[in-house]
Amino acid sequence: MDAAYITPFMQSIQNVFATMLQLQVQVGEPKVKSGHQATFDVSGIIGMSGDVVGSVVLSFPTDSAERIVALFTGESISTDNADFADAVGELVNMVAGGAKGRFEGRKVSISCPNVVIGSDHTVTSQKAVPCIVIPCDTDCGEMCIEICIQDRKTQNAQAAEASATA
Amino acid sequence: MKIMLVDDSKTMRNIQKSVLTQLGHTELAEACDGQDALSKVAAFAPDLILLDWNMPNMDGLTFIKTFRQADKSTPVIMVTTESERARVVEAIKAGVNNYVVKPFTPDILSQRITETMDKAAA
Repeated sequence: MDAAYITPFMQSIQNVFATMLQLQVQVGEPKVKSGHQATFDVSGIIGMSGDVVGSVVLSFPTDSAERIVALFTGESISTDNADFADAVGELVNMVAGGAKGRFEGRKVSISCPNVVIGSDHTVTSQKAVPCIVIPCDTDCGEMCIEICIQDRKTQNAQAAEASATA
Repeated sequence: MKIMLVDDSKTMRNIQKSVLTQLGHTELAEACDGQDALSKVAAFAPDLILLDWNMPNMDGLTFIKTFRQADKSTPVIMVTTESERARVVEAIKAGVNNYVVKPFTPDILSQRITETMDKAAA
């Protein structure tokens, strides 16, 4: 995956958490994810469509998510409360929205977020699209962003060029 | 001043309510999507609407297009993660008066509200 699609997520998560939670995010080295097992127990998932297609997951261990949601909402909320999922969904919405705004020359739409809570859940993404994991650390605990997207605009242009030269 | 908050995220509506209450605005109504807002807006008669873009059932762009057919004057501020220039232009063309990109600080929201209401009163 082009670094042009990784850096925007690093910038966006730092901006969202600094602005809305006054929480600094230390971003680690991106790596390729293997398998569909969720990295942690709480997954906020959002889809992308348009020139870039795929999914973005903001994944937290439960205790990190509880601390971050408490900081975001100003109250302690248990994971089985609908407001907990709402808060996680809004965080992934802002991170994905902020990232797509930094994609150069690409028109992208994002879906409404979904949130899955529970240990050992799986998030299945498109086959043949590598998923990149960006580890993140904060004073509220660790989390990560999983990016599984592809640039359809470039693919379509390459296919058209190949078809023209065939 | 009566303000209607239209956002599918209760968390975001609560954050906006907290900011608005601190600014002295206490007459607030909430709607969870564009359809919900259309069903409540006439009865509440807001002086200002804060409108999200991406929502289920009816998104903010569809809401503003529908709302502007009947109401040309009530100020509407789009509060959204949609930050691309083309999106901002699309929203303004549809009838939005001002624009706040999420994430936002209380100061930015306050500033946009003041700007919008001053312009509407001029």
